[in-house]
Amino acid sequence: MKKKYFLNANIIDPHNSLNEVGGLIINEEGKVEAIGKKVNENNIPSREKYINLKGKHIFPGLVDMRVFVGEPGYEYKENFRTLSNAALSGGVTSVVTMPNTNPIIDNVSMVDFLKRRGRDKSKINIFPTASLTKNLEGTNMTEFGLLQKKGIIGFTDGSKTIQNTRLMSRIMNSAYDLNALIIQHAEDSDLAEKGMMNDGIISTKLGLQGIPEVAEKILIERDLSLLEEYKCRYHIAQISSAKSVSIIEEKKNFLKFTCGVSINNLSLNENDIGDFRTFLKLSPPLRTEDDRVALVEGIKNETIDVIVSDHKPEDEEQKRLTFAKAATGSSGIETLLSLSLELFHNGSIKLDTLIKTLTCNPAKILKINKGNLTQGNNADFCIVDINKPWVVKKENLLSKSKNTSIENKKLQGKVTNTFVNGEELYKI
Amino acid sequence: MATKSSKAVKISQKHLLGIQDLSIGDVNYILTEAKQFILLNRSKNKKLDTLRGKTQINLFFEPSTRTQSSFELAGKRLGADVMSMNIVNSAIKKGETLIDTAMTLNAMHPDLIVIRHQDSGACNLLSQKVNCTVINAGDGRREHPTQALLDALTIIEKKGKIQGLKIAICGDILHSRVARSNIYLLTMLGAEVNIIAPTNLMPKDLEKFGINKFSDMKKGLESCDIVMMLRLQNERMNTSFLASNREYYEYYGLTPDKLNCAKEDALIMHPGPMNRGIEIDTNLADDINKSVIQEQVELGVAVRMACLKIFCE
Repeated sequence: MKKKYFLNANIIDPHNSLNEVGGLIINEEGKVEAIGKKVNENNIPSREKYINLKGKHIFPGLVDMRVFVGEPGYEYKENFRTLSNAALSGGVTSVVTMPNTNPIIDNVSMVDFLKRRGRDKSKINIFPTASLTKNLEGTNMTEFGLLQKKGIIGFTDGSKTIQNTRLMSRIMNSAYDLNALIIQHAEDSDLAEKGMMNDGIISTKLGLQGIPEVAEKILIERDLSLLEEYKCRYHIAQISSAKSVSIIEEKKNFLKFTCGVSINNLSLNENDIGDFRTFLKLSPPLRTEDDRVALVEGIKNETIDVIVSDHKPEDEEQKRLTFAKAATGSSGIETLLSLSLELFHNGSIKLDTLIKTLTCNPAKILKINKGNLTQGNNADFCIVDINKPWVVKKENLLSKSKNTSIENKKLQGKVTNTFVNGEELYKI
Repeated sequence: MATKSSKAVKISQKHLLGIQDLSIGDVNYILTEAKQFILLNRSKNKKLDTLRGKTQINLFFEPSTRTQSSFELAGKRLGADVMSMNIVNSAIKKGETLIDTAMTLNAMHPDLIVIRHQDSGACNLLSQKVNCTVINAGDGRREHPTQALLDALTIIEKKGKIQGLKIAICGDILHSRVARSNIYLLTMLGAEVNIIAPTNLMPKDLEKFGINKFSDMKKGLESCDIVMMLRLQNERMNTSFLASNREYYEYYGLTPDKLNCAKEDALIMHPGPMNRGIEIDTNLADDINKSVIQEQVELGVAVRMACLKIFCE
């Protein structure tokens, strides 16, 4: 590989507290050789060509902690190849995949397959999770230790909650012994049973069964009470309400844990469901505008650690149904960064705070050396024109499934190039 | 020139999906038309040719006696060709989706589809996929517009007006599309609406629709002109909402004792089918001086004729 030189870019690398105009040199092995304002024309051999990125930004490649891939079992929704193309076009270079495939990732024999497919078919870094319980049944825990040795990054039952309190305490104990990361989908399944959207005036009007915000609150309070007794690496996958933000803010004063939020919950609210738009049937559900504002505030004051795409590809047939029967979730990995930038453009969140929640914060939780541009590291990064206007059109999406929650939305900011290990794998 | 379409009034919507979509002008137009059909339905020759040559398909995904037969009769009396799909024997049982069923029926060029479905919003989905007019005969717990219209017509026939009346709606509000449609319609027409239900059967944020909420039935019935009872929808209840039917009857069943809280000339309404002895005392239900339940059924045909005619134009 030839050396690559980029100059005059606005470089933001929160891991290294870097926010300055400067250059980036990638060496022959695809690693960061030098970065920052010290890199200028004088560092470049006179016969070498450089790329002038004046006005553009360089961010570390995004780390998306919540991605559903259809492989194995649901390849018609998304496979590793399509996922990786979609991710690259959104500047995402590392993803954490969810275990609810078919078969479910709950034993070591599945992990080899997954690692091999991920390596052969995708160009991005795949970090698979395994399920917390066998067959996602919520009764017997999986082999955290053995699975971790095979390369599993963390454990979660995906869209399901560990409802049994005794089991959860035991999971936490095992996770402590084995230093495993536990990711909980926090929603009391009894209270949320058959719910389809936020419980409130809109659900009453549409005649849809609601999911009360207390369903999330109760589970978070329970888990955090357990965590006081049973310490472990604990992460709440996604929160959706103002009440959850304030509990987490309070508990973080004396407890160590982390939490995430979906970009959907930061950008949309229950009113967007309008006339039964099934593409906005999400889990956790979109809640009120007050909740959305509280979540944005939670990112701003760093109560919430990460923003995820909650990328859940579903084929159109599963969405062209009545709201009750339609599948839950939306495709979002390609629009994660652009939609996040909306929060910067409208003045809600500072750019480096935003990038932090998308890069080094998730990497730190996962304990992986990604999401930063430290000298000597693999050069995973994206070049972004943060002002470029564009419109989300489902026919232009690279994901196999087109169930975007923001069809026709006007966005500002687009990834123009994405590099993994110094190699340019996406170009607009 | 102005022969057939000399009417100044026109309906604002293509489909009748819910009261929420209608303007007060639309409602008055439908109710005025319906009044003309009441007399027709009581006369010897009940047949008109208003909808001759039109095809009406009734698509009922949920069991129904009065609504389905009422729509069928309404279509036939207006001269339409009415086909009622039997869902039990249809391709839906073979796994066909609602949209595919809609596309199939659409290819047969109907002028009207009347749909009842267990899922809220099913009629909205259907209306996006077919060319003809869609009439909602009840979708999940969202709306049942023709029921609300026939209730309003019954009240107007009996009380001469709706404006200024105090109307109680009592029972399983949570699962009730009739309650929702009636709340929209009766508040639109100027009534004061009291909603009475055990808190477990009261939907979230209902007070934001401009009604008064009560869990004490006697308080809610105070000086009411109309007492509208709803059926306890046991089939929609997946977990324990109530301890027992007998306790429910004790606190929320309409009995002569509780009815005394309402005005002396208060009328009893019920959209049917009734659970006698659970939400209503059986003698009260049959009391011809107080109960207008049979009139509701009668006027239902007139209201549906008006809707079919207006929305088919």
